[in-house]
Amino acid sequence: MIKYLPSHEYARVEGNVAYVGISPYAAAQLGNVVYVDMPEQGDDVTAGEDFGAIESVKAASDLFAPVSGAVIEANEELIDNPRLVNEDPLKHWIIKVEMTDPSELDALLDQEAYDALCAAEKH
Amino acid sequence: MKETCLHSRHVARGAQMSPFGGFDMPIQYDGIVEEHNAVRLHVGVFDVSHMGEVLISGPDAEKYVNHIFTNDLTGAPDRTIYYGMMLYPEGGVVDDLLVYKRNDREFFLVPNAANIDKDVDWMMKNAEGFDVKIDHLSDRYGELAVQGPESEDTLRKVLGIDCSDLTFYTFKDIVYEGEDVIVSRTGYTGEDGFEIYASHDLTCRLWDRLMDAGVQPCGLGCRDTLRFEAGLPLYGDELTDEVTPIEAGFGMFVKLDKPEFIGKEACARQKAEGVTRKNVGLELQGNAIPRHGYEVLNAEGEKIGEITTGYHSITLDKNIAMALIDARYSKLGTEVQIRVRRKVFPAVVVKKRFYTPNYKK
Repeated sequence: MIKYLPSHEYARVEGNVAYVGISPYAAAQLGNVVYVDMPEQGDDVTAGEDFGAIESVKAASDLFAPVSGAVIEANEELIDNPRLVNEDPLKHWIIKVEMTDPSELDALLDQEAYDALCAAEKH
Repeated sequence: MKETCLHSRHVARGAQMSPFGGFDMPIQYDGIVEEHNAVRLHVGVFDVSHMGEVLISGPDAEKYVNHIFTNDLTGAPDRTIYYGMMLYPEGGVVDDLLVYKRNDREFFLVPNAANIDKDVDWMMKNAEGFDVKIDHLSDRYGELAVQGPESEDTLRKVLGIDCSDLTFYTFKDIVYEGEDVIVSRTGYTGEDGFEIYASHDLTCRLWDRLMDAGVQPCGLGCRDTLRFEAGLPLYGDELTDEVTPIEAGFGMFVKLDKPEFIGKEACARQKAEGVTRKNVGLELQGNAIPRHGYEVLNAEGEKIGEITTGYHSITLDKNIAMALIDARYSKLGTEVQIRVRRKVFPAVVVKKRFYTPNYKK
């Protein structure tokens, strides 16, 4: 299952773990990603609050957590190679979160609703 | 929102559009990095039709421009160009602009899009007692900036305009397909390059020819990264109505030996007494990017200023910034800190000209 925040972060859910990253639409809008500011393993993130930032050449954008929980892994590949996010943002997640309240997923957008949001933003 | 004459072409080309200076402008077409590198290594073309154009003419034209402008046009040769600022009496910047001297009686001014109405009001207000005519011509001109080491070749081969006779910061009036056109060897990228002022129709035709020849279209995104690396200021970032050119570090364009100009006393006082804050270059040590508005701290963690522009430099692969800080910390090599969100990173004061421009003098 994959769900989205309107601010373009996704949560790809496997069991009680959410892989959090940014959508292909957001990656394309950002252009060349040059830096990803990530929390560390063991940090807590809270649904709806910022947990880091993703930076293109142009600007820094805050990253918001789709779900609450503890960071079980930050994708350290992105430290040396942030452009992986442009290549395949769904494969190259940013943090892996052990969810404390999976019911938070209900408040997120499903694929169809998210696609409609992106289509609306383009116009 | 206003549109340039090339707006529909940008949209059709799939450019990312965004408001800038009251215009809906292209930010990027194929990516800021690709466009930035095209200009540094080869050639690129910018639609800068949003820039303003004002013609000052009349018997007092030179005296008047010298009155409102910080640089000194006295005895300047015809067809030369000067960069400088218009200042308020207190020394804050009304705008920074280029002045093209056609002859003693005719000066062509190119101010920023966002400031054009304010500028024209300011010019009118300060024209009393001068025998000059002020013509606001912004709606009549399109403007292209062809920039990069291959720009002279591109103008000759693609547009049939030979500019081998132009040196840096000079211009010529030419007739091109029956129309008056201004071509200058100027730009805002730190590379050799040209700016072409022409009618909307002709601007569109020139743009189409450059596109057909495969010249990289470049948006305002890389215009900013390019000018920043070359240490050039942007009005709104380094220059504002609350900062003097002396504080901003552009005192070389303020000619205090001129008999008079608006803002001279304020600048002269600062020069004599020293400034309390100064715009400096900073290099951040670590893996974070300083951005406009971020706080600069001293070693003790006290705030000493703010970033005015910052990037991960494309050409230099460094995290660098310009920042307006307490002048006591402005000496080259001084160690300071920059707050980036929750963390604080060490940084050192460096020269603002991060990249050495390749101008054809």
